[in-house]
Amino acid sequence: MQSKTKEFDPILEVNDLFASTENLPILKGVTISVNPGEIHAIMGRNGCGKSTLSKIIAGHPSYTITKGEIKFTGEDIQSLEPEERAQAGIFLGFQYPIEIPGVSNLEFLRVATNARRKFLKKEELDTFDFEDLVREKLDLVKMDSAFLSRSINQGFSGGEKKRNEILQMALLEPKIAILDETDSGLDIDALRIVASGIKKISNESIGIILITHYQRLLDEIKPDFVHVMSDGQIIKTGESDLALELEKHGYEWTDNFSKEQ
Amino acid sequence: MVNENLVKDVVSEPYRYGFITDIETEKISKGLNEDTIRLISEKKEEPEYLLNFRLNAFKKWQQMKEPKWANLGYKEIDFQDIIYYSAPKQKEKISSLDEVDPKLLETFDKLGIPLTEQKKLTNVAVDAVFDSVSIATTFREELAEHGVIFCSISEAVKDHSNLIEKYLGSVVPANDNYFAALNSAVFSDGSFVYIPKGVKCPMDLSSYFRINSGDSGQFERTLIIAEESSSVSYLEGCTAPMFDTNTLHAAVVELIALDDASIKYSTVQNWYAGNEKGVGGIFNFVTKRGKCLGKRSKISWSQVETGSSITWKYPSCLLLGEESVGEFYSVALTNNLQQADTGTKMIHIGPKTKSTIVSKGISAGNSVNSYRGLVKMGSKAIGSRNYSQCDSMLIGDQAAANTFPYIQSQQPNSEIEHEASTCRISEDQLFYLQSRGIEFEEAVSMMVSGFCRDVFSQLPMEFAAEADKLLALKLEGSVG
Repeated sequence: MQSKTKEFDPILEVNDLFASTENLPILKGVTISVNPGEIHAIMGRNGCGKSTLSKIIAGHPSYTITKGEIKFTGEDIQSLEPEERAQAGIFLGFQYPIEIPGVSNLEFLRVATNARRKFLKKEELDTFDFEDLVREKLDLVKMDSAFLSRSINQGFSGGEKKRNEILQMALLEPKIAILDETDSGLDIDALRIVASGIKKISNESIGIILITHYQRLLDEIKPDFVHVMSDGQIIKTGESDLALELEKHGYEWTDNFSKEQ
Repeated sequence: MVNENLVKDVVSEPYRYGFITDIETEKISKGLNEDTIRLISEKKEEPEYLLNFRLNAFKKWQQMKEPKWANLGYKEIDFQDIIYYSAPKQKEKISSLDEVDPKLLETFDKLGIPLTEQKKLTNVAVDAVFDSVSIATTFREELAEHGVIFCSISEAVKDHSNLIEKYLGSVVPANDNYFAALNSAVFSDGSFVYIPKGVKCPMDLSSYFRINSGDSGQFERTLIIAEESSSVSYLEGCTAPMFDTNTLHAAVVELIALDDASIKYSTVQNWYAGNEKGVGGIFNFVTKRGKCLGKRSKISWSQVETGSSITWKYPSCLLLGEESVGEFYSVALTNNLQQADTGTKMIHIGPKTKSTIVSKGISAGNSVNSYRGLVKMGSKAIGSRNYSQCDSMLIGDQAAANTFPYIQSQQPNSEIEHEASTCRISEDQLFYLQSRGIEFEEAVSMMVSGFCRDVFSQLPMEFAAEADKLLALKLEGSVG
C-alpha cells in the first residue's frame, strides 16, 4: 500500500525558474507546484511567459534555463530530452498544433502511444489493437475516425486541431498535462467538447495546468488554483474566484500587485 | 544548436558497404583508344557487328563534348586514367555456382544478396555483377520454363544474338549523348531480360551491381524486352567500397515494351557518396530510357537515389504507342557535399499517351539537389496528358534544392500539369513529435518517409521497406 504522504507528493515542482531564449530573459523566477488531482490555471497577458513556461517544462530546445529547477515526480528533468519527458508522462497541449504533411495521424498516435506504453512496461499495441483503443478515445472528443487517416493536423480546422491534442492526451495518459490555450480559437460548442474531454480524462492521479485568457474555459473546468503571471513571474495566486476577479477588472488590475510569495 | 549537431550525426552514419573484396583481378591497362575497345570485344569473344557498334560509338564519342548544362560542379574526369575492363580471375567456364570464387559469394552475402542455392532470396531472381562481369544469375532454369530469359548481357550476345542485334542501341543510340557513347564503346556487362508474348514474369528480377576496384570504371548495359501482353518487375541495387578517389560509373539501360506490355523498373542506388568533406565517391552518369513501342504499353521507373558523389540521371520514356503510359517516381536524397541533377523526360509522340512524374528531392548538409525534367507533346500526341509533381525538402540551412522543368507542346489538344513545392523540416515539427515521446531519429525518419510516401508506395514491397531504412540511415544526424 502506498503511504498517504507519497500520494500527495507533487507531480511537478518548478522552483525559482529563470530562463531565456537568445539571451533574452523570459522567465524571471517562477515557482509553482502541482499535486495529483489538482487543476491549476495560469492567466496573464500575452508575452508574460506562460507559453514559454509550458515549452520549457516539455523540453523545447530553444530555451535555456539559467537558474532554478524543474522536478517531475521528485526528479530533476533538466537533462532529459523532450521525448524522455513525454514518455515519463509530461504532456503539452500545443497552442498552435503543428501540421506535419505526409505522416498519418493514426500512425503518429500509435507510435506515440507505444512509446509511452513501453516506458510504463505495458505491452505495445499492434495496428489492430491500437485502432480499437483509438476509436474508444475518439468519442471523448467527438472526433470522426476519418481524422485518423489524414496527415497530422494538416488541413484541420482550429477546433479539430485542439480536439486532436486532447485525443493525444487521452491516449498518452500523462501524469501532468499542460494545456496551452487549448480554448483559443474555439466556438462555444467546440469549447464544450474540448472541456468535457479534459474533464473525462482528469482523475485523482493526474495534475493539470490550464493556460488560458478566458473565464469561459474555467466555467467548464473549475480550477483549484489560479495563478496570475506577469513579466516572467507569478505575481498572484488564489482560488477559482481570482479568475472571476480578473475577468471583472482586466489585467490592469494586476499591475498593482507586487510579487507575492 | 544542439539539434543541428544531432541531425548531422544522423546523416553522417558511416557507409555500410564500403568494404573491399580482396580478390585477384584481371585488369587491362589504363587508357582508352581503339585498341582498348578491340581488346574488350576480343575478351568477350564478340561477333563483328558488336565490335563495329563499339568502334562506331567510340568515333562519335571522340567528336562529342562532355555536357556542362547540369547543375553540377566536379573536377574534370581524365578518361585516360581509367581502367576499362576489370574482372575477378575465375575459371574459364563456370557451369555452376559451386565453381564461383567463395570470396565473391561472400561479398554478395555481406551485401544482403545471397546467391547460393540454399540461401538465395526466394521470390527474386538475381543477376550479380562484380566490376566488369556478371558473376551469377539465380533461378535461370525456373524462369526458362516460362520462356523468360534472364542472363548477363555477355551471355545474351552469345546465345540470343538476334535479339541483341535487333534491339541494342535501338532506344539509346550510340551517339545519344557523351556518356551513352562512352558506354556503347566500352560496356562490359550488365543484365539482359526477355519476356515472351503473353508471359507475366513469375518473379521479380533483380540486378545487383558492385564496384570493387577503385581505378576501373563501371560501364554496364541493361536491355529489357517485353513482348506483347507480357509484364515484368525489375529492380537494381548498387554499392561500392570507399575510396578517396572518384570512380566513374556510366551505364545505359534500354527498355522496350510492345503492345499491352508493362515494365516496372525500380532502382535503389547506394553507391559510395564520398566522405563528409566530399572526398571520393562515385560519379554516376547514367542514361536510362524506355520505349513504349506498343499500343497501351506501359513503362514505370521508380528510383531511390541516395548514393554517389555526383548523380546525372534522367530515366525517360518515349511514348510512341497509342495510349501508352510512362511513369517516373523518384526520391533523391543528397547529404554532405553530394550533388544530384536528376529527373526524367516524357516524350509524348503517339495519341492519347499519358505520363506521371512524381519527384521528391531531399537535401541535407551542404548538398545540392536538382530536379530537371522535360515534358514534350509532339504534334501527333492528340489527347495526351501529363501530370508532374516536384517536391523538395530541405534539412538544415546549408542545403540547396532546385527545380528545372522544361515543357514543350506542339499539340494544343493535350494537357500538361505541373505542381511544385518546397518545405523544410522545422524545429517545431520535430519538437511536436518529440513532445509525444517519439525519438528524434524516428521523428526525422517519419517525416522523411511521409514526404516520400507517394514514391515508396510504387516500389515492390520488400524494397519499399529497404528504401525507408536506407533513407533513415542516410539521414541519421542531419536534421536541426
